Amino acid sequence: MRSKVVFRRLLRNKQARYGFIALLLLVALAYVGPYFGAYDWQEKDFMAFMSAPDADHWWGTTSIGQDMYAVTLRGMQKSIIIGLLVAVISTGVAAIVGAFAGYFGGWVDKVLMWGVDLLLVLPSFLIIAIISPKLRDGTWWWFVVLLAAFSWMITSRVVRSMTLSLREREYVLAAVYMGIPRWKIILRHIVPNLASLLIIDATLNVSGAIIGEAALSFFGFGIQPPDVSLGTLIAEGSRNATGYPWLFAFPAGLLVALVLSVNLIGDGLRDALDPGSNS
Amino acid sequence: MSILEVRDLTVTFPGGIEAVRGVSYEVERGEVLGIVGESGSGKSVTSLAVMGLLPQNAVVSGSVKLHGRELLGMKEDELVKVRGKAISMIFQDPLSAFTPVYTIGDQIAEAVRVHQKMAKDKAAKRAVELLDLVGIPNPNLRAKAFPHEFSGGMRQRAMIAMAIANDPDLLICDEPTTALDVTIQAQVLEVLKTAQRETGAGIVMITHDLGVIAGMADRVLVMYAGRPVEQGPVDDIYYRPRMPYTMGLLASIPRVDGEEGPLVPIEGNPPSPASLPPGCPFAPRCPMKVDMCDDEEPPLTPFGGGRHVACIRAHEIEHKGLTGADVFPVPVIPPSDVVRVPRTERATVLELDGMKKHYPLMKGAIFKRRVGTVFAVDGISFDIAEGETLALVGESGCGKTTTLQQIMQLEPPQDGRVVVLGKDSAKLDKTARKALRGDLQIVFQDPMAALDPRMPVGDIIAEPLRAHGRKDVAAKVAELLRLVGLAPEHAERYPQQFSGGQRQRIGIARALALEPKLLVLDEPVSALDVSIQAGVINLLEELKNRLGLSYLFVAHDLAVVRHLADRVAVMYLGRIAEIGAVANVYDRPAHPYTQALLSAIPLPDPEMERTRKRILLEGDLPSPADPPSGCRFRTRCPKFARLSEAERRRCVDEEPSVARLANVVDHGAACHYAEEIEVITASDNQEEE
Ligand code: SF4
Ligand code: SF4
Repeated sequence: MRSKVVFRRLLRNKQARYGFIALLLLVALAYVGPYFGAYDWQEKDFMAFMSAPDADHWWGTTSIGQDMYAVTLRGMQKSIIIGLLVAVISTGVAAIVGAFAGYFGGWVDKVLMWGVDLLLVLPSFLIIAIISPKLRDGTWWWFVVLLAAFSWMITSRVVRSMTLSLREREYVLAAVYMGIPRWKIILRHIVPNLASLLIIDATLNVSGAIIGEAALSFFGFGIQPPDVSLGTLIAEGSRNATGYPWLFAFPAGLLVALVLSVNLIGDGLRDALDPGSNS
Repeated sequence: MSILEVRDLTVTFPGGIEAVRGVSYEVERGEVLGIVGESGSGKSVTSLAVMGLLPQNAVVSGSVKLHGRELLGMKEDELVKVRGKAISMIFQDPLSAFTPVYTIGDQIAEAVRVHQKMAKDKAAKRAVELLDLVGIPNPNLRAKAFPHEFSGGMRQRAMIAMAIANDPDLLICDEPTTALDVTIQAQVLEVLKTAQRETGAGIVMITHDLGVIAGMADRVLVMYAGRPVEQGPVDDIYYRPRMPYTMGLLASIPRVDGEEGPLVPIEGNPPSPASLPPGCPFAPRCPMKVDMCDDEEPPLTPFGGGRHVACIRAHEIEHKGLTGADVFPVPVIPPSDVVRVPRTERATVLELDGMKKHYPLMKGAIFKRRVGTVFAVDGISFDIAEGETLALVGESGCGKTTTLQQIMQLEPPQDGRVVVLGKDSAKLDKTARKALRGDLQIVFQDPMAALDPRMPVGDIIAEPLRAHGRKDVAAKVAELLRLVGLAPEHAERYPQQFSGGQRQRIGIARALALEPKLLVLDEPVSALDVSIQAGVINLLEELKNRLGLSYLFVAHDLAVVRHLADRVAVMYLGRIAEIGAVANVYDRPAHPYTQALLSAIPLPDPEMERTRKRILLEGDLPSPADPPSGCRFRTRCPKFARLSEAERRRCVDEEPSVARLANVVDHGAACHYAEEIEVITASDNQEEE
């Protein structure tokens, strides 16, 4: 069975194995870690402002007395969720748009690809930066939608070109001759056969989204206080990075670790699903 | 003394997979050794090992001696000198043998200069000579052409030219004509014979086609599961096989000159090299198997008369004079009830009337402009009565696939009419079209490509049922699987876990799910091995009779067609050349194209092959974008060449339409000068008069 083979190959891949272990640990840290800390992330300890890491505040405290350990983990939770959501949404959109454009061809293809080109030339960072403060009172959901909206285009083009070759396959023709509606053919026969591409893409999109979130939040366009993410934490910490390194080092270090482990898995997946490519 | 001597050659691939397990043979000067076997029998690996062309990780042992010099273990730079000089090889796919960026002439000249000291201009001249020898028209001009400008047949000729460029002592041909159409195959085989005469080389001819071997080989080696199982002079192998596998193989091939009725199938599949049975590798499929066969693998033992057989019951077979039909159980196929009604009284399930399909021919990368029209199908008419099989035959590019697609799409054709079960495709609305799809289903050629690899078999078969809103899908799937000879438990597996023949059965089960009345078969057995083919053909025949189906059968293999079809329509360049009942068309073809086609098919019968007269066609199929005026076949028509000037005028000016021949009910040909002759069994002297 193919999936078993892929799984075995994935396990044999050293990079992917380390990536998996690291990611599992990080996720566990983000979600289980807070139960072990002595403080809640919203709690303020008025006895300790900017205190260095010690036995009480493991990772130190912020300028308003928040426990750095609790806050950082909270930020990481948000970053992970945003990363996953953005990846799933953008890969899903890419798959649907690409497959429909490729399968239907004609004006559907033209319109969809025109949209893709348009989104590609728009400076996404700028637009998110302009729009997102306007949605300040909305939830961070908007932010996810915006990030996703600007990250699916390249993949959808790849999906489209692969669909062009898939639609000539005999099993697709067979489905047409059976009288199966076209949208069903796309969902049942085309998209699943692009699964390897989509899985790889989704994985790599996770790290892209995490970085994107952090970058935007760093400049204050992303997650808005009082909510925190790794990006906002890094932004705040960087101002005092030399004097109070713990404010910067912990969120930044976790961000790097997170992105790195996801990328390792993504590369491992690509090797396992698609042994021909050596990039 | 023999040129090539192979002793106990074994090839092991990583993972302990023994692809070749002890092959020995020798080839004399001027001799043709045929190696037959199915896919996976190790026949191609053997020849690659001889050439030293196997990948690094393959372990080769034994001995390969060329003129007494050991080739195995020879250093690469020395081997290079041997390769292409003393031995050369002809592959199945000639396109991969040429570099696309150099002209054919340059590449042949290059091959000459690598091994012989020769001036550039002299080598170029030699290249032209060689191209002329292999029958390429205008060799001077064609030498300057690039590989992609050559047609498949031309490329194969050019490849032969390159292979004989250095007067090799040995030519290894690996499925040299498998990718070619029959009439082109006949030309290329003729060229090979010429090449052999010119060079006096020995030839090792590797193929799965027993017809080709019968006509070419002096001696034959039959391989099964990586080992030779029988070896001997060609006549002995064909007329007196003594190993059950060879017997079954010969009995299972449909023949153009053959009878109708069930074929002899060999049950099961060849064993995979990773899990061989303990004793005789053929034991699981052998109807003559006794307990002793499982004890140890029977060695290839001399049998007298230069023959070797690897079977413990060979002497018994010899003694009793058994043949394949005696040994292998022949299935009984119940006759059809429908055919008792005369054809004219049966309902018509499919009718095509002057159907056309033209494609625009576009040029340019960004701004496409129309530069012409491809006349893919240019007005064809035929009908299929209930319970009947009509075969649409023709070579690649004749428009049979386009015809089939047009029928399956159920869209209005550009011109003419397509009427399926009394419903005109031009007058269908969406719901009617979908309902009609249930009555019209298709089985594809490539059983791997036709099944979605990501779906379990049960879902694949259930898909049409669900799409048409049927309930109780699981029971129906189980019933269908049983119907095509598979087990209901197979529903949970994926297509990759089945062999080619089984996959094709799954494809048939899916096509039958909606209980169609008309089944379109698109080359349903051409991707299968010979021993598997027979089983699928029998299944199709049986299903037709049991379920009262009608078939539209698209094929290029005329032998299979003779077996399965009631009527046959021969297509050439988008038109029907000849149509009629199978017996009429095969026994008394009237159109010169049909005659050439039938005479080009190699028969698995060495005696007949030697005496048979071939009608060889000149050149290739003209482009369907620019068909000749008048009769489309006139550029290649052997009859046209014999006609007088006045008679020719008619062929050039007037396009012949299918006209019924005077004396029979169901036989028509599109030729102004149609004249029935017998070609399949015609021997030299018959042809003369
Ligand atoms: S050795 Fe036995 S199993 Fe093998 S071919 Fe002969 S009779 Fe059949
Ligand atoms: S019509 Fe003339 S050219 Fe055409 S097949 Fe007949 S004889 Fe040949």
